[in-house]
Order: sequence, then structure tokens, then C-alpha cells
Amino acid sequence: MSALVEIGNLSKVYHRGRQTVEVLHHIDLAVEAGEFVALMGPSGSGKTTLLNLIGGLDSPTDGTITVAGERIDQLGQGALARWRAAHVGFVFQFYNLLPMLSAQRNVELPLLLTKLSGSQRRRNASVALQLVGLADRAAHKPGELSGGQQQRVAIARAIVSDPTLLVCDEPTGDLDRQSAEEVLTLLQRLNREHGKTIVMVTHDPKAASHAGRIIQLDKGTLVPLEQAAA
Amino acid sequence: MKFLHLVWAALNRRRARTAFTLLSVVAAFLLFGLLESVNSVFAQVGNSIGAAHRLVTVSSGGLMNSLPLGLQNQIRTVPGVQLVTSETFFGGTYQKPKNFISVIAVGPKFWDLHTSLKLSVEARRAFDATQTGAIVGAALARRFHWKVGDQIPIKAMIYPRKGGSYTWMFDIVGIYHASKPLMEQQLFFRWRYLDEARLFGSGTVGWYVEQIADPKEAGRIARAIDALSANSGHETRTQTSSAFAADFYSQYVDFGLIVSAVMGAVFFTLLLLTGNTMAQAVRERTPELAVLKTLGFSNRTVLALVLAESVLLVVLGGAIGLVLAGATVHALQAQMGSELPMMPVGAGIWLRGLAAMVAIGLVVGALPARRGMRLSIVNALAGR
Repeated sequence: MSALVEIGNLSKVYHRGRQTVEVLHHIDLAVEAGEFVALMGPSGSGKTTLLNLIGGLDSPTDGTITVAGERIDQLGQGALARWRAAHVGFVFQFYNLLPMLSAQRNVELPLLLTKLSGSQRRRNASVALQLVGLADRAAHKPGELSGGQQQRVAIARAIVSDPTLLVCDEPTGDLDRQSAEEVLTLLQRLNREHGKTIVMVTHDPKAASHAGRIIQLDKGTLVPLEQAAA
Repeated sequence: MKFLHLVWAALNRRRARTAFTLLSVVAAFLLFGLLESVNSVFAQVGNSIGAAHRLVTVSSGGLMNSLPLGLQNQIRTVPGVQLVTSETFFGGTYQKPKNFISVIAVGPKFWDLHTSLKLSVEARRAFDATQTGAIVGAALARRFHWKVGDQIPIKAMIYPRKGGSYTWMFDIVGIYHASKPLMEQQLFFRWRYLDEARLFGSGTVGWYVEQIADPKEAGRIARAIDALSANSGHETRTQTSSAFAADFYSQYVDFGLIVSAVMGAVFFTLLLLTGNTMAQAVRERTPELAVLKTLGFSNRTVLALVLAESVLLVVLGGAIGLVLAGATVHALQAQMGSELPMMPVGAGIWLRGLAAMVAIGLVVGALPARRGMRLSIVNALAGR
């Protein structure tokens, strides 16, 4: 396997008023194509910040991020938006579906930025919904679906444009045990059967156990493997 | 177009709020349509004439200036003119100053020209034979319980009698009927009576009304009539009857100023109201806009979506308002006839209205759109 995500000497500093908070310090990390990586660590350890940087939602203070051979740390806002649309699928803890749109329309959202025709968009969204087992809920609005179903719609939205990378921020954090298990199994399937590279932030060791590799973060630095195992 | 459902969904998010905002836009543009309809007539006073069956010739110095009686014979010779009559505004009150009546002194051919005012043969004959004879509208007669044979005193607004008195006596010799009660509110009497008894202004009339054979010739005939008095001390301006009505009312009010002031206030209020609604709507949807940006929607697309939302809201309400204004003008014209100083809500008003709608939509959407465009995804998703 070759590295899909390569992070070199990555640092992120936030300024809150006069205070400077260094969230990530000199991180080096590589995620291979087709890997399922879980990012774990205590609150404030920088997991979500690292995930946001990998997903191109934020820019680093220092260091490099290369995804599929492209230096995204050097992209401007417009180019980064286009890059996200083409290469990344996002799954959030609170699903973040648009409440006024049906499941089908929510899944179609990323495809609005492509040149696909309306019928092609509808077809692709239907396929994605089928893949997550919600074809029969296509016309339902988010308020008419359970938490687990909403998260599966969010996953369908994340995969509909066939992105290179899936980034998931606590995807089971708001779900009951059974729904969480269904969502994790689905992610595992996407990784194993469809070859999707997944980086997932989680607090939950059981959720992390579905990943192929677990990376620990603490106080903005990666915890060495032997320390994490201990 | 592929984003239209997103814009529509955003408007449907809070239906009651959208409905109330829409209603305020409808009301504003209904008012805009009605005022512009009247203003269009005022604006065309003095302009060239399109097609018309009837023309009105007034002094180019305004309606307060009278015209010589001798002009009538000259107008009659203009090719295309079928009938000419004179009219002179007299005004007047009955018994109390608040009982204002529209009283007009008319020339001999008045009833031949105004065939929409129905009068019996006997009444017409009595009118022609009685120096102090007056014909009153049926609605006006009902209002003051007048009947044929009554002698009524009218206090003049403009013309005193030769003895200095402002009270003129009239003998009601007939009652006319019209298709609408609003057109039955006038009193007509013989110009000859006015001219022989008044203290000043002898040998003059207020304006002339011409009936023409071919409406398409209206512009040429109007120019020919005005050419009769060119470079004289009583130059004329010939116009359509609706333009004349506007001209008449503009003696009393600067309608253009009123329209500007009212619409300025209405649109300013609309800007504040709709602007506040849009700002609130976008603030509530901050996380949703952040999600769109996360998915790859560019800053410009988010800006355009919010602007499209505010423009759609105003254009939708404005269009409904203008359609209602058009229907109202149509209904009023059916009620009051062609003398009503209102133009149909046509292409010109629609174009001006659409320009105003788009401009208002862009202005009210600008700040919320900028806010949406500039929001930080990370902060918005974290609820900061």
C-alpha cells in the first residue's frame, strides 16, 4: 500500500484573544490508501483539529499535508472547497443533514457541485441510499428518521461522490449501542468491500476496535505505539 | 436552477415568518402599482398622444387660464374633428361649505359628445330652452333629494355674479343617468347663463372637448389644434381625457412628490423588515451553511444562495402585489370609466417594479449573504 495521507511536521496554533493555544505540535503521520484509522485521545488532545486539517476544513500553522499527492496546505479557500468536493466525504457526530430536504435530496447535495444531470444525480443518490440500507426512506425528511438512520443518510451523502477519503468525527457519539454498531459495521464494509480510506475520531474504544489501526493523540502530539499499547 | 430547491427549502423553513414577510412585500408593491398607475397618467401630461376617441384642449399655461370662445369655430375646421364643445369649471357648494358639488358650465354640443350620460329628449329640450336650466346626475339628485322643477341655490367657488353675489340660482330641468353612480355626481348648466351673468371672464371657456373620427389620427389632430393658437396669447395643449383629468388634479397636488415620498417610506420600512427577517433566517441556518461549505460549496455559491433567497422572496411578493394592483386598477376603471386618472399596470410599471424588487432583494440579502460567505466552517460546526 502507498500513503494516501502524508502529514509532515504539522503544527496548529489558535489565537483566542491574547492567548495562544498550540493544539498540535510537530505531527508526522501517514495513512495508507484503503486503511481504516481511528484517532483516539482525551478531550482537548487535538483529534478533531487534526481531522479538520486532513479534511481540508482548516489550514495548518506550520507543516505539510499531502493527500493523494496534492499539497492541500498550500491551497487557497476556493481551491480547497473544490478539493473537498472532489476528494473527501464527511460524517459528523450530529449528522448535520439539512432538515427541510428529504434524505434523497440531502444525499444529492455534493452532486450539485458536479456536472451530472438531474436524473444522474437522483440515480447516484438512490444507489448510495441503497448501499446504506435506506432506499425505502428516500422521501423522508431527517426529522422523520431515527438517529441511526440519519447517520446512515449522512454516510450515503459522504460516499455519493465516490471520494478518496472519508473523515468521520465521532460518528457514533450520538447513537445508542445498536445504532452505533450498525454504523460502524457499515463503515467497516465501505472500507473492506469498497476500499474507502477512513479516518475516524472517536472516544469509544469499542468503536475504535472496528478500525484497522488506532492512533493515540495526547496534548497535541502522537503517542508512540508501544506507549499507547501499554 | 439546480440550486433552486435549496433556496425554496430555506424559505419554507419557517413558513409563518416567510408568509408574514411576503405579505408585507405584497402590500408594498400593491401600493407601488397603484401609485405608479396614477403617476403614469400625471407623467404623460403634455406628452405625445397615442390612440384616443376624445381629446381635450386646455391652455398651455394651465387650467387656471381660460381660452377664447372664438377658438371653438377654428377647432371645428380641423380635419378629423367631428364635434367640439366647451366646458368651464364652476365648482360650488350647496347649503353648507362641506357640500361641495362639481358644477360645470357646458357648451351647446355637450350632450351630443357625452353620449354615455343618458338624458331624456324632454330634458334635453328643456335644457336648451331654459337659461338657468341645470341637469344633475341621478346620484347627486338622490343625495340632496332634488327633483325636476326644483330651484336650487349654488354658492360659486370662482365666479361672482355682476352684482357681486356668489349665489347662483338654477332650475333643475332634467336628471341624467350613467353606467356607474360615481359618474352621476355632477351638475351641468348652460355656459351662456354663466357668461351673461358673471362679473369677469366674459367670452372665455375653461377648455374644449373634441370628438374625433379616427383614434389613430389623435396625435396629428392634437398637433393641428395646438397649431391654431401657436404664438398667440392663448397657446393650447391638446391631450387625452385621462391626461386631462390628471392635469386637473395636479393643480391641487404635486402627485409625483407624493408618490416619491410614500414609496420612499414604504420601501425603507420594507428594507428594515425584510432585512431583519433575512438576517434572522441566515443566523439560524449558520450550521447548515457551514455544512454546505464543508461539502465543497464555495464562498461565492453560499453568497449567491442567500442573495437568491432574499431576491426570490421580494420578487415573489412583489409580483403578487403588482398582479393585485393590476386587478384593482382594472376593477376601478370598470367602475369609473376612462375619466379615471389611472393607467393599466403595464410593461413600464412591471419593469420599474421588477428593478425595485431585485434591488431591494439584493440590499436586504447583502449583509446576511456576506456573513454566510465569510463564516468559518470549523467555528460554525463547533457552535462558536
